[in-house]
Amino acid sequence: MKRLFVLLMLLAGLSAAPVLAGDLGPVVPRASGKPHPEGNEFWRINHMLLMVHDRDQTMRLGNREVQASLAECVDCHAVKGADGAPVSAEDERHFCRTCHDYVAVKIDCFQCHNSRPEAPKQALRTPEPADMPGILAYLKEAGE
Amino acid sequence: MERTLYREIKATRQIVQLAVLLAAFIAAAALAVLYIEHHGHIVTGMNNQIVWGMPHVFAIFLIVAASGALNVASIASVFGQVPYKPLARLSGLLALALLAGGLAVLVLDLGRPDRLIVAMTTYNFSSVFAWNILLYNGFFVIVGAYLFVQMARSMPYGVIRTAGTIAFLWRLVLTTGTGSIFGWLVARQAYDAAVMAPLFVAMSFAIGLAVFLLVLGLITWLTERPLGEKLVARMGRLLGIFAGVVLYFTAVQHLTNLYAAEHSGIEAFILWEGGLYTNLFWFGQVLIGGLIPIALVFHPTGGAKPASAFVASALVVAGGFAQLYVIIIGGQAYPLEMFPGYQVTSGFSDGVVNAYSASYLEVLLGLGGVALALAITGVGMKVLRILPTNLSDANIGQD
Amino acid sequence: MILPALNFPKKPADMNRRDFLKSGGAVATLALAPGVTLMAFGGQASAAADPGKRWGLLIDVNKCPSDCSACVSACKVENGWGNDKHAADHPEAAPQWIRKVSLTDKSTGREFALPVMCQHCENPPCVDVCPTNASFKRPDGIVLVDKHRCIGCRYCMMACPYKARSFVHEDVTDQKTHAPRGKGTVESCTLCVHRVDAGGAPACVEACNTTGNAAMLFGDLNDPDSEIAQALKAYPSVAIRDDLGLNPGVRYSNL
Repeated sequence: MKRLFVLLMLLAGLSAAPVLAGDLGPVVPRASGKPHPEGNEFWRINHMLLMVHDRDQTMRLGNREVQASLAECVDCHAVKGADGAPVSAEDERHFCRTCHDYVAVKIDCFQCHNSRPEAPKQALRTPEPADMPGILAYLKEAGE
Repeated sequence: MERTLYREIKATRQIVQLAVLLAAFIAAAALAVLYIEHHGHIVTGMNNQIVWGMPHVFAIFLIVAASGALNVASIASVFGQVPYKPLARLSGLLALALLAGGLAVLVLDLGRPDRLIVAMTTYNFSSVFAWNILLYNGFFVIVGAYLFVQMARSMPYGVIRTAGTIAFLWRLVLTTGTGSIFGWLVARQAYDAAVMAPLFVAMSFAIGLAVFLLVLGLITWLTERPLGEKLVARMGRLLGIFAGVVLYFTAVQHLTNLYAAEHSGIEAFILWEGGLYTNLFWFGQVLIGGLIPIALVFHPTGGAKPASAFVASALVVAGGFAQLYVIIIGGQAYPLEMFPGYQVTSGFSDGVVNAYSASYLEVLLGLGGVALALAITGVGMKVLRILPTNLSDANIGQD
Repeated sequence: MILPALNFPKKPADMNRRDFLKSGGAVATLALAPGVTLMAFGGQASAAADPGKRWGLLIDVNKCPSDCSACVSACKVENGWGNDKHAADHPEAAPQWIRKVSLTDKSTGREFALPVMCQHCENPPCVDVCPTNASFKRPDGIVLVDKHRCIGCRYCMMACPYKARSFVHEDVTDQKTHAPRGKGTVESCTLCVHRVDAGGAPACVEACNTTGNAAMLFGDLNDPDSEIAQALKAYPSVAIRDDLGLNPGVRYSNL
């Protein structure tokens, strides 16, 4: 009995070893944009709450100017595969899966949502003067 | 006459064999569900024209039968018919089991059964479907309580009668709700009729009693407990009356539609030129499910034989199934009338009769629901004192 | 816990997140507690669907040639349906957001065609019958399916007089970011809600204009000065199944 216990502990230790090497957690891939001003910790804890809240705002009320949108998460956090194209949630390297696989929480988003950024498309409308500062900033940064 | 004794059924060889058979059907249904959920409904016969298919025929059949199966208990407790009293417990149990089987089929056919919790927690009170969810849940609670007071020691008869009355009224509302799922569909020619509610109530009386008789006959035969011929013949005659009521409401439904020119298309489809649906209507529902069973149970000599009642029950079950198939599938097969006076074509099956053939997966799912209902009934009789030891005519009370 | 919310300017679709951060500024903060609105935006009410508006379409049947299906093709491209794996071998099970229906008057023989999509009713039966409130009408009259809440019961499809709703029968991949759709849920025309919210017109209308037919007019039915309201006032028009009293947002002239 005692021997079995030791064996089990040993197995548990072995399976935990790669995790320990990764500083007690999954290795989260780097995003391409600037860091969240609220801090990563805040988003790791609250992302579901924020996304559910803002999704209802967007979908039910048509409020598009929300902060947490899955599309933007996917845009900025996309992980590129060997072919240089972003991987989908089918791939375990996908940024959502690195953590969700680790904590064994099923993601129900990508049966309907695309888990990869869409190819850049044309603006849906002509930019208004009010948009111009943002657009100029974008172009400037893109040129850098 | 001795006291009515209720005893658990024994796990004899035959009972165990039956249980294994039912378990096999339930397992097959579970596999079918997993397969459908994995591949999507593309592997079924259902499509975007026939959106409700064979699983819904089975589910609604079982739900309608559930409320009807309770009638035997109602006749005993509410209407005070003494000979039915020993059967009241089985009636309550069977009602619960049939509803559970029907709901299982309905729920497992959802596009997202994993989201059942949404259906349980988010109600849209203008949806008759949401009302039905409340009615089904209420049925479990009320009939469960009714069964409890029947089986509790030294329970005053008044309490049982009150519980029975509430259960009886609830089941009428429940079947009205089931019928209204179709009756309130203004969009479709085949539905959109207030008569759907009483028609479904009548169907539940007939189908429910037929299923009850078959289950009673089977279990008393398997357990070798006596079952009075007069009792069976009496229930058979009641079944004949119920079958007649179904025919009556069916006639009202179609005659009303025939009078309105706008409904002539759907009526012609069901009554004359609908092929399978027309055959199912005349031969399945009217002849097999109505006229023949009525003739059998009211036959001057043959009507007194238990075999007549059992055969009539089987025919009513088959006819009821045919009727629901015609209502549910036939009603969708007939094209949606969007442009009266025009001949319509499109790339999305507008203006054509929609074809449907159920896949074996759907049939397995439906049969699994039936098996589940029977299994629950069997387990209930095994662990609870549901079934009387002696139902011979000499031993049950006469009124 | 304090959440600093950011005020983003109206954004064109090709900008990414960091630009919003760059060009935006914090406007409001709110404590994060269960049941409490998570964040407040300064002066953002106008960004949401306006309850004073009612978006609608007016389709001139005379201008709609029988052999043209530009609106259907545009919708497929815009919203990413029509190419599901079994769309070709199971057309009756494939979703259809918009379709061309050809009509022949039984008594006169007159032939014509028109597009049919979700009619965005004022009293939508699909919303009434949905047990989970997944079917809903936005404040500006657009009828949508909340696929997060849809359980796939298909009662809305039974209730819709226009056959406008489809059930997704198989796995879908590579959805459009603005038009999520997936197996086991119901979907229908969204009136290109993502375009409307960005100040644009639905893809079908745009495609119809591109062909030169200009049979479809999109606009706010409630605004008496809008082109659509003016046209509706000046010329006769009908709604399909007007007898049901659903007051659809899609109207047809010369039907």
